[in-house]
Amino acid sequence: MEIRIFFTILLSTILINNYVLSRNLGICPFLGVSKRLDSALGMGLAVIFVMTLTSFITHPLYKYVLVEYNITYLITIVFILVIAALVQLVEMVIRKISPVLYQALGIFLPLITANCAVLGVALLNISSGFPDPNVDLGLLKSVVQGFGSGVGFTLALLIMAGIRERLELADVPENLKGVPITFLTAGLLALAFYGFSGMRI
Amino acid sequence: MSYWKEFIKGVWEHNPQLVVGLGFCPTLAITTSLSNALWMTLSTAFVLVCSNVLISLIRGIAHSHLRIPLYITIIATFVTIVDLSLNAYQPAVYRSLGIFIPLIVVNCITLGRAEEFAQKNSVIRSLLDGAGMGLGFGLTLIVLSFFREVLGANQLFGYTLIRGMEPAAVMILAPGAFFTLGLMLWAMNTINSRRRSK
Repeated sequence: MEIRIFFTILLSTILINNYVLSRNLGICPFLGVSKRLDSALGMGLAVIFVMTLTSFITHPLYKYVLVEYNITYLITIVFILVIAALVQLVEMVIRKISPVLYQALGIFLPLITANCAVLGVALLNISSGFPDPNVDLGLLKSVVQGFGSGVGFTLALLIMAGIRERLELADVPENLKGVPITFLTAGLLALAFYGFSGMRI
Repeated sequence: MSYWKEFIKGVWEHNPQLVVGLGFCPTLAITTSLSNALWMTLSTAFVLVCSNVLISLIRGIAHSHLRIPLYITIIATFVTIVDLSLNAYQPAVYRSLGIFIPLIVVNCITLGRAEEFAQKNSVIRSLLDGAGMGLGFGLTLIVLSFFREVLGANQLFGYTLIRGMEPAAVMILAPGAFFTLGLMLWAMNTINSRRRSK
C-alpha cells in the first residue's frame, strides 16, 4: 500500500504534472540552461538535490514551528529565506567535500534560489496533499514529491537540451531564433506530455 | 532621461517578458482568463512599486554584501501583504491564482529591478520605473490571456462569446500558453527588426 503511493507520487510528479511542461514552473532555468546537454544535466542534478533537501526541511519547519506558534502568515518570508540559506550551505559543503562535484554543479547552485520551482514544491507540499488535497502530506511523502519534481524538471530540461542541440543546425527564420522557437518547441513537448494525463494510476 | 520616458520604457522598449526575458512562469501559468491576468497585474505592480520605493529609500545604508537577502525580505513582506489581502477580500481570485501569489517573491522582475534600478536611482524615478515595469508586465499578461480565453474557452470575463461553438481547449492548457507566448515573441522580434531596418 505505502510503496504503491510512493510510486504514484513519483509517476505523477515526473510525467503527469511535470513541473515545467504542465505546471509552468521553473521556466527561467529551462530556457537559460537548455542550450547544451552537459550543463543541462548539471543543473538538473543540482535541482533534484536542492528540491529534495528543501522538502525535507520546510515540511517539519511548517508543521512544528509555524503552525505551533500560529505564525503561518510568515510562510513566504520563512521559506524563501530557508531556501536561500540552504543553497548557500549546500554550495559551501560541496566546495569543501568534493571539488569535482563543485566544478560540475557550482555555477548552477546560486541560480537555484531564484528558481520558482523550488519554492513551488515547498508550498505545494503544504497546500496540496496527495491524493486528497485536505490531508497533510507527511514528511516522507513530501520528500518523495520533492525528489520526483526534481526528476521531472531534469527530464524536461534534458529533452529540451537534446532538441536545441539539433535545432542549432536547422534553418530557422531570423526573428524566430532563440527564445521564440524554444517556446514553440516546448509547446509541442507539453502537448506530448499532456498525453500522460490519460494514465490511470 | 525625462520622467515620462522612465515610466514608459517598461511598456515596449524594456518590456519585462518580451524584450528582457524575465518573469515567464506567471506569464504562462495564470493567463487562462482575463480576470486572472488583471489581478496578477495589480498584485505584481503593487509589489514592484512598493519594493522599488523602499529599496531606493534605503540605498544609502544597505551593505552591499548583505543586500540580496535584504531585498528578498523586503519583497517577501509586500508579497505577504498582497497574499493576505487577496485571501481576505477576493477569495475566489485567491483560489484560482493559487501558489502564484506567493511565487511573486521569486519573480525575477522584482529582484531584477531592485538590483538593476532601484538601488542606484532616486525615489521618484524608482517609483515610475516600478509602475512602468508593472504596466508592461501586465499588458503582456492581458494580451496573452485575451487570446487564450477567447480561443480556448470561447469566453471573455466568463461570458460566452459564440453560442454553440466548441472552443479549442488546448489553448487554455499548458501547451497553448507556450504556443501563444512563442508567437507573441516572434511578432515582437519581427516588429522590432522592421523598425530598426527603416
